[in-house]
Amino acid sequence: MSKRNIPEIVIEPERYELREAPLHHFELDRRDFFKLMGGGVAVFLLLPKGLAQESGRRGSRHSEPLPENIGAWLHVGEHGAVTVYTGKAEMGQNIRTSLTQAAAEELHVKMDSISMVMGDTDLTPFDMGTFGSRTTPTMNKQLRRVASVARDTLVGLAARQWNVPAAGLVAKDGEVRESKGGRSVSYAELAQGQTLARAMVETDPLTPPSEWTVAGTPVPKVDGRAFVTGEHQYASDIRRPGMMFGKVVRPSAYGATLESLDASKAQAMPAVTVVHDGDFVGVVAPSELEAGRAAAVIRATWKTSPQPSSAELFDYLKAHAEPGGRGEYEAGSMQDGLAAAKHRLTATYTIAYIQHAPLEPRAGVAEWENGKLTAWTGSQRPFGVQQQLEEAFHLSKGKCRVIVPDTGGAYGGKHTGEAAIEAARLARAAGKPVKLVWTREEEFTWAYFRPSGVIDISSGVDGQGVLTAWEFHNYNSGGAAIRTPYDVPNQHIQFHEVDAPLRQGSYRSLAATANHFARESHMDDLAHRVKMDPLEFRLKNLKNQRLKFAFTAAADAFGWKTRKPAKGHGFGMGGGVEKGGYVATCAEVAVDRSSGNVRVVRVTSAFDCGAVVNPNGLRNQIEGANVMGLGGALFEAIEFKDGRITNATFTQYRVPRFSDVPQVQPVLIDRKNQPSAGAGETPICGLAPAIGNAIFHATGKRIRSLPMVPHGLKKA
Amino acid sequence: MARISEIHVNGKRRAIDAEAEATLLSVLRDDLGLTGTKFGCGEGQCRACTVLLDGKPVHSCLTSVGNAAGKQITTIEGLAENGNLHPVQQAFLDAEAFQCGYCTSGMIVTAVALLRQNPNPSEKNIREFMQGNICRCGTYPRIIEAVRNAASTMKKKSRA
Repeated sequence: MSKRNIPEIVIEPERYELREAPLHHFELDRRDFFKLMGGGVAVFLLLPKGLAQESGRRGSRHSEPLPENIGAWLHVGEHGAVTVYTGKAEMGQNIRTSLTQAAAEELHVKMDSISMVMGDTDLTPFDMGTFGSRTTPTMNKQLRRVASVARDTLVGLAARQWNVPAAGLVAKDGEVRESKGGRSVSYAELAQGQTLARAMVETDPLTPPSEWTVAGTPVPKVDGRAFVTGEHQYASDIRRPGMMFGKVVRPSAYGATLESLDASKAQAMPAVTVVHDGDFVGVVAPSELEAGRAAAVIRATWKTSPQPSSAELFDYLKAHAEPGGRGEYEAGSMQDGLAAAKHRLTATYTIAYIQHAPLEPRAGVAEWENGKLTAWTGSQRPFGVQQQLEEAFHLSKGKCRVIVPDTGGAYGGKHTGEAAIEAARLARAAGKPVKLVWTREEEFTWAYFRPSGVIDISSGVDGQGVLTAWEFHNYNSGGAAIRTPYDVPNQHIQFHEVDAPLRQGSYRSLAATANHFARESHMDDLAHRVKMDPLEFRLKNLKNQRLKFAFTAAADAFGWKTRKPAKGHGFGMGGGVEKGGYVATCAEVAVDRSSGNVRVVRVTSAFDCGAVVNPNGLRNQIEGANVMGLGGALFEAIEFKDGRITNATFTQYRVPRFSDVPQVQPVLIDRKNQPSAGAGETPICGLAPAIGNAIFHATGKRIRSLPMVPHGLKKA
Repeated sequence: MARISEIHVNGKRRAIDAEAEATLLSVLRDDLGLTGTKFGCGEGQCRACTVLLDGKPVHSCLTSVGNAAGKQITTIEGLAENGNLHPVQQAFLDAEAFQCGYCTSGMIVTAVALLRQNPNPSEKNIREFMQGNICRCGTYPRIIEAVRNAASTMKKKSRA
C-alpha cells in the first residue's frame, strides 16, 4: 500500500469465513478508494477460487492494483449515497435494475438511493464479461451478500455508538433503529467520518426469496426516463473536446491484403489525416461528411483469395470438420437401442449464419492523454476490450481505461472491441480524440456471426412410444444444450469443430437454438410416427420435473388440448433446459397455401428460471427473445460469396418488424426455493421448433433448415 | 458549396455552419449535441433517426440539412414541456416499451406523428404506420400497447 498522504484503510475481514488472507493483495494506492469516494463504509467481495475464474482477475498477467479475486464492492458514503461497483455491462437485459434490486433488498434502502457503476475498467473490479446468462446466478447473489454485510456493519456501528447489543437493532429504510425504544440513526450519519472497509467471501445471501420485498417485484427500469427523453448517452453519443471523426477504408474481401495505396488526394484535403499501418487504412477529419469524402478518394487495391460461398455452406461444414469430436457423450449402445426400436428415423438439419444486427452499430471514441488511452465503446466485455487495446498498442498496466456506457443491444454480438481499437489507432495519429461509428454495412460485414451448422440425428422409438436410441452430431454450430433432456438409455452425442468459413462467435443462447430446433423437430416427427400427441410423447420420455411442469404450463395457457386450430393453422411446441432455465413454447401459425406466406399468430412461452428477481423485466425478456427468435426461425440468413457479405443491409437482410409480431404470452414459473437463473437467453430456444412443428401440423410439410421460410413455404 | 447558417429545432432558431448536403442527423448530433436522435442504418430502413419536419416523420440520416432549413424540426428532445413528459414518452415509460432503448427515440417520434394524423389508431394502423421502425430487442408488443395507451391519455386530455 502506498505511504502517500492517504487515509488509513482498515480492513476488517470476516475471519471465520476467510479461507485465505486477502490483505497481501490489497493495493489501493492508485485508486485510493476512499480518496476517490470520500469516507464511509465499503464492503469488498472476495470470490472463492472457482468464481474468481469468471468474475475475478484471471492469471498473473493481469496484476491490477486490486486483489485478483474481488468480484464487486459497495460503498455507503458520508451523505448516505450508496454506490455499487460491478464490471458487468447493461445492454438492454435490465441488469442495472435487477442488480440494484439485489442491493436494495439486503441493504434495506430505497431503490433510488443506490447508483450502480458498471463496466468501467478504472472504477469497477475485473469481470470476464456479461454473457452466458451469468449475471443473475452470480453477480446478483454476490451483491445481495455484499449488501447484507454492509447492513450488518452499519448496525454494528450503531450498536457501538449507543453501546447496546446489535441484536436489539433493526435496519430499515436507510436507518438503524432500536426494536424497542425510539432511537434511530441514518446510514448517512453512521458513515460520517468513517473509512471502514470490510472484505468478505461469497456465501449464500441471508434473505430467502420467499421473504424478498424489493427483489422479486416488478420495479421499473431504474433509468427508464433517460431513454424516453433521449438523454441516455450511448458510446456513439459521447463527445470530447476537439473530437474528430474517423473512417476506415475496408478491404475488398475477408482476408484481403493491401497491394497498393494512393492516398494523395485525401492527404491534400484540409484538416484530414490519413493513417496507413500494415493493412489498416483510415482517415480522420473534422466531420463525418469530410471523413467519408476523404475515405472515398483513397485508391486501394487488395489481393484476395478464393473463399467458400453460402450456396455451398453445409457441404463445406461437413467436409471441413476436424477429426474426432468434443464434448462427446455416450450411454449404452446405439446398436442395441436401434435394434430395440420399432421406428427408426434419421434426419439432417441445417442452420444458416445469422447476424446480431444490434441497432447501435459498433462505435468507439478514443482519447490519448499523456500516453494513457481512454476508450468509450459498447461492449459486453469491458475488460476484454481493455486487454485487446493493451495488446494492440503495447500498453502497460494502468495506461488504458475502457468505459462502457449502457449499450444499444448486443445479444452476444459485442464481445470484441474493433471500433475502439480502430478509433484509438486513428486518434493516436491525429493527436486528437476520434469518434468512429460503424456503418450498418460494416456491422453486417466486419462484426461476427452466429455459427452456421449441420446437425445429424439418428433415433429409435419402441412400439409404446419410449425412446430407445438417440445419436446427435452437431457440426460447427456449437455444444450449448447439445445433450437431450429426455431419458434415452442408448445415446451418442458429439460436437464437431469446423474450420469455419466466416468469423463466428457468441449469440443469444449460442447453439442452444440450433440444437433445440433439431432435437424438438425430431421429437415431433417421432411423436407423429408413434401416433402420439407431441405433448404426451414428450412427457412420457421425460423425468425432469421442472421441464415437465414447463411443458404442461405452456400447453395449458396456450390451450393445447382445449383449442383447435382454424383451417390453414397449426399448433406446435418446443422446449428444453439451458443455462439453469427451463423453457417450453407453444406456437400457432397460419399458412397461406397460395402465397406460401407463413405468419406466426400467437406464442406462449413458459419459463422457469428459479426465483424471479423482476417479473416485469422477465416478461420483457421472454417477449423480446421470442420476437427476436422469429427472425432466425423464419427468414434471417447471411449470404456470402468471394469473401463478401452480399446482403449487408436492412433492405436485404430481413429482421422482424411490426407486421411479423404475434401475440406473445409469457408464463412465469416462479420458484422461490430455487436459485435465480439468467433469463436473457434461454427463452429464445423453444420458438423455432415450435414454429416448425406448427407448420408441419398445418401442412404436413417438415422443414429442417433455419431459417425455415426465407422465401415463403412453397420455395422452402 | 452552399452552406446553411440556421435551422429551426424544437421551436428555437439555432445558428449552425454546415454544408447544405450534410445530413440533418449529423448536424443535430455533432453540431448541436442533440444526440437523442440515433444513427441505425443510414439506408432509411430502421427509423432510429426519425425526426419531424413540419410535423411529418422523416429519416434524418437521408435528409440533407439544406432540405430541412426553413422548416420546423422536432426531435425527441423537443417533446417534453417544462420537464413534463409528452404522453407518448410517458406511455413508453409506463409500459416499459424498450430494453436497450436505442430505437426508442425514433419509435416515440414516429408514434407522435401517427397520433397527430390519427388520434385513434387501431392496432393495425399502428403496425402499418410503424412498420419502418426496427426494435432488435423485440419490444414491439409493448410499443403497440404504449401507443394505444398514449392515444387514450391524449383523448382524455383533449376532452378535459
